[in-house]
Amino acid sequence: MIQLTINGQPQQFEAPINVAQLIDHLALHGKRIAIECNGEIVPRSRFSDQMLTHGDQLEVVVAVGGG
Amino acid sequence: MDNLVIAGKAYSSRLLVGTGKYKDFNETREAVEASGAEIITVAIRRTNIGQNANEPNLLDALPPSKYTLLPNTAGCYTVDDAVRTLRLARELLDGHSLVKLEVLGDPKTLYPNVVETLKAAEILIKEDFQVMVYTSDDPIMAKQLEQMGCVAVMPLASLIGSGMGILNPWNLQIIIDNAKIPVLVDAGVGTASDATIAMELGCDGVLMNTAIAAAKNPVLMASAMRKAVEAGREAYLAGRMAKKLYSASPSSPTEGIIAKTEKTGKQ
Repeated sequence: MIQLTINGQPQQFEAPINVAQLIDHLALHGKRIAIECNGEIVPRSRFSDQMLTHGDQLEVVVAVGGG
Repeated sequence: MDNLVIAGKAYSSRLLVGTGKYKDFNETREAVEASGAEIITVAIRRTNIGQNANEPNLLDALPPSKYTLLPNTAGCYTVDDAVRTLRLARELLDGHSLVKLEVLGDPKTLYPNVVETLKAAEILIKEDFQVMVYTSDDPIMAKQLEQMGCVAVMPLASLIGSGMGILNPWNLQIIIDNAKIPVLVDAGVGTASDATIAMELGCDGVLMNTAIAAAKNPVLMASAMRKAVEAGREAYLAGRMAKKLYSASPSSPTEGIIAKTEKTGKQ
């Protein structure tokens, strides 16, 4: 069991997962998003390679209206 | 062609608009279209997790293929938040490096924290971002940001969202006179005449959001702003007449005025 903090909310997962699997889990596949893990950008090209471990803090962002 | 050139790219519109505070994406798109803006600002925010997955996306309404998106750091109060936000923006927008940096100092006034802004600008420029920077109307700060390598300096006309217009045209004039990079008024414009005054001062462009979005008819105000910026630019290029209290030089000829009659007309 691992715990990840995603956009400030803790979530538990049965087994370690990679970033691509997390995106599928969050139903964000194909969406225009960007992801940061522990303060570092996770490039799209590395979504399938980067494994997430217990305690990782993720930020998942989109573009919204702003001035 | 009288283009606005930012970081080597030419734009025919000198009006930049934000995309916040509209009632829906349709209104946002209509207002942006009416404004004629080519550069539009967007904010970067956490996506809703586990909520409506089919929520409409701003980038569907305003595709990056059609507009130059300018991601901002609105709401950031620290160097770290601002820098991380723009790194995320660059990843989100496929390596797009033109950004709007703002580091705020106070949630009540949204006044920029220029010390933190300088620090963030330095980091971002080292990371090859092209930084358009929101700052106070302090001429020394504007110059330092330019010397550091920012691609445009964007002093406030008055506080963000205040609609108070240009409160210190003299400072803006000094910033414009000293700058070798584009100067854009960012924040404080309330109505069309404010935008015109900014352009008449010699600003290279104007960036606004609330003045359009908070108008009773945002699409009509967007159209007004487009004309106001164009009118101000043309007036600036044309070069205004000198001001004088009175001139004794009427516009119509002083010669050839018909004579006073001796007699009144036929009875």
